[in-house]
Amino acid sequence: MLYALPLVFALIGLALYGVLGGADFGAGFWQLTAGSGRGADGLRQRAHDSMGPVWEANHVWLIFVLTVFWTAYPKAFGSIASTLSVALLLAAVGIILRGAAYALRTGTDEPRQQRAIDTVFGVSSVIAPFALGAALGGIASGRVPVGNARGGEISSWVNPTSILIGTLAVLTGVYLAAVFLCGDANRDGEPELAERFRVRALAAGALAGAVALGGFAVLHGDAHPLYRGLMTGGGLAALTVSVLAGTATLALIWTRHYEPARFTAAVAVAAIVAGWALAQSPRLLPGLSVRQAAAPRDTLVAVVVAIVAGGALLLPALGTLFRLVLGGRLGHVP
Amino acid sequence: MISLASALGPVQQHYLVQARQIQALSFAVHIPLVCFGIAFPAMVLFVEWMCRRTGDEVYGLIARRWTKVMAALFAVGVITGTVLSFEMGLLWPNFTATFGGVFGLGFAIEGFSFFMEAIFIGIYVYGWNRLSPRMHMLSGIPIVIAGLTGSLMVISVNAWMNHPGGFTLTSGQVTHVSPVSALFGNPYLWHELVHMYLAGYMVTGFLVAGAYAVGRLRGRWGRFERTALAVPLTIAALAAPVQVLVGDWAARDVAKYQPTKLAALEGVGHTVRGAAEHIGGWYSNGGVQYGLRIPKLLSLLAYHDPNARVQGLDAVPAADRPPVNVVRISFQTMVGIGTLLALLGVIYLFVRWRRRRLPESVWFYRALAAAGPLSLVALIAGWVTTEVGRQPWIVYGTMRTTQAVTGAGGIPIGYATLALVYAGVAAGVVWILRRLAAAPLAPAEPARPTVHGA
Ligand code: HDD
Ligand code: HEM
Ligand code: HEM
Repeated sequence: MLYALPLVFALIGLALYGVLGGADFGAGFWQLTAGSGRGADGLRQRAHDSMGPVWEANHVWLIFVLTVFWTAYPKAFGSIASTLSVALLLAAVGIILRGAAYALRTGTDEPRQQRAIDTVFGVSSVIAPFALGAALGGIASGRVPVGNARGGEISSWVNPTSILIGTLAVLTGVYLAAVFLCGDANRDGEPELAERFRVRALAAGALAGAVALGGFAVLHGDAHPLYRGLMTGGGLAALTVSVLAGTATLALIWTRHYEPARFTAAVAVAAIVAGWALAQSPRLLPGLSVRQAAAPRDTLVAVVVAIVAGGALLLPALGTLFRLVLGGRLGHVP
Repeated sequence: MISLASALGPVQQHYLVQARQIQALSFAVHIPLVCFGIAFPAMVLFVEWMCRRTGDEVYGLIARRWTKVMAALFAVGVITGTVLSFEMGLLWPNFTATFGGVFGLGFAIEGFSFFMEAIFIGIYVYGWNRLSPRMHMLSGIPIVIAGLTGSLMVISVNAWMNHPGGFTLTSGQVTHVSPVSALFGNPYLWHELVHMYLAGYMVTGFLVAGAYAVGRLRGRWGRFERTALAVPLTIAALAAPVQVLVGDWAARDVAKYQPTKLAALEGVGHTVRGAAEHIGGWYSNGGVQYGLRIPKLLSLLAYHDPNARVQGLDAVPAADRPPVNVVRISFQTMVGIGTLLALLGVIYLFVRWRRRRLPESVWFYRALAAAGPLSLVALIAGWVTTEVGRQPWIVYGTMRTTQAVTGAGGIPIGYATLALVYAGVAAGVVWILRRLAAAPLAPAEPARPTVHGA
């Protein structure tokens, strides 16, 4: 089982990135679509402020996933990155523009300039998760063969499954962001703003759910092994959890219970990652099982030890950060 | 010698040179930001501590203003670093696929270091005026530590590429992998770590002090500016002379573990005893033309023995030699700048010590204004020396860069895209630094520029 342990950690990291990083991307979307006027500026500011202290830490989950993956499954990593190079470049460009826009925003108080920066931020906040989701879709639908750029450079990420998962990645982020921002605005005594995010959360949640359901038709035709995996055994169980948690979130938002909604929304997204993993296991890439892809034993042991030791340091620190943030105890850049 | 069978098999890549240039470009963008990640938190924290200790609000003002700069540069450091992580797969998938199990651990541990840095930077930057003074200062300490551990981890990977160990090649396959000894049992690690860490303090110190030196040349010279110049300058001035000694250590390690690189650094065409040092000039036909020649100095510097034998480039086949002039000119640039900066540092420290004040000559401030950009040039030149000097190997003596590269097409498009995006980012960084510098000196507790209460 040692050979699969780093993958489990990487998937936990991916789920956390999907929830935390995804919500940061989603906040960018709400900035993009805020419109104009005083109310819109307030909405954009809220989205920006909520993200400020945490987005860098949330982003590191992506780095975590990458590094664990290339250390523990180097051959699979090389195959994936070379075949999906276009999608990953696109994601990288999105990530650069996003971070740069974020850094620049602190430099200006002028609404006009802020709006321009928020537009770059918002557009790149859609590109990056879409490209990352599309890349995952290429892996999930078996379009990444083992080898140095052996798969289709375009078809590996422009295909029905990729488009579905890319779209879902954007939508779930948008949905999560609305749920979280709703809670933040409510906590900070801004009921009017909370109400606006509530409407957005309900709309985005309904849309994401609808696309996910419709997506099964796509998977049925385009990625049948994955579809079968999701309809049986562990895959089905995880899927059920996700649907239940997603529905519960909508109900909680509807009834204005924002704090518990944060957690059910997160569970809904994490369960999808788990479901994908269970549906696809033990295959990592076509003709390459997780066990075959794994690095030598000493490396696996070292990685696991490093993750456990690092986690022992990390989790309390991360807990402190989120306690401060969720408690509304952090302010602004001085 | 057994040649390596790469994990993903051989490919034809017409754009290897461009792939290398993308890597170089991405590093050249990331490394200066890294310097601020290494050294700036310590400087900000020191100033904040001075404020708490003396109650002098000038220090508090400096700490707040620098915090904004730190936050902006950190964000850009994060994204440029992320691009580098992507490039491990986008540009060199066969390198990662073949050796990820050997060197990857360093990056995996580094991930945790980044986590700590990002978490506490979030708390520190957004905790001003919110946390208790004591808690706020404490939240800054992990950032400083993470700057050190982060450098240690990434440098351990680079040192491994330069002096690989911790695995065996069995009929071309990588076996008997021991990542811990590969990364941390490597004698090549330590000079690189110390040299880079000091470089971080020099670059940050000279750039920040240089900005205030420019201000002084334009007539902005209050107590705020004097203090904000003295702190980073003192730190950089202390680091600069030490850096020369560490550079000598680095050169001796290179002589020991990478004799071909040393030969390229110094333009030694043929193996000789009592090798001469050449300053300036151009390498061709197996020797340095038009350089200033100092007999026996190279043997003395590299081996601390004027008659030591120095291996020449002719010891290895032509296909195994790096491009000599690129490496040699970069090296000489770094050493030249390093010597000048050490001199500047010593002058400053001398004036501080004997006269107990800042230097007054306008020439000192002109030199200081130049020192910031020059230290950056030295930094990049140093990395060019190390990385291009290792060519044609990506893993010294084991894997060629041609074996590591991706088989994907579209490298020129990726190159153009990244170059464009980086140009935009660079323009943005310049813009925000100028905005932050131009902002009027705010009162100690600035009103928060928000649209809502709370
Ligand atoms: C502010 C920057 C700076 C300054 C002033 C110097 N260096 Fe440097 N040097 C670097 C910044 C740097 C670096 C951080 O860019 C490198 C690249 C790899 C490394 O470990 O440090 C480097 C590499 C490097 C190497 C190659 C090491 C290797 O390949 O492993 C040598 C031999 C030297 N340096 C020697 C010197 C000497 C003799 C200097 C003094 C006069 C000097 N450096 C000043
Ligand atoms: C671990 C993965 C790494 C890979 C795959 C890699 C590979 C390369 C390659 C192929 C080049 C181009 C060389 C040439 O132009 O001839 C390069 C350049 C460079 N590398 Fe590395 N390297 C790695 C690690 C590092 C590290 C850890 C550092 C710094 C700590 C570093 C610093 C640089 C710099 C600054 C250049 C630019 C040289 C220039 O400006 O021309 N590299 N790298
Ligand atoms: C192959 C080479 C490299 C890779 C893959 C890489 C990767 C990264 C990544 C992913 C980040 C973002 C961390 C975050 O999200 O917070 C980052 C930032 C950072 N990197 Fe690099 N890096 C490389 C070279 C270097 C070098 C040469 C150094 C210095 C010795 C370095 C030191 C740092 C530091 C201190 C940060 C913290 C962010 C900052 O303060 O700007 N990295 N790097």
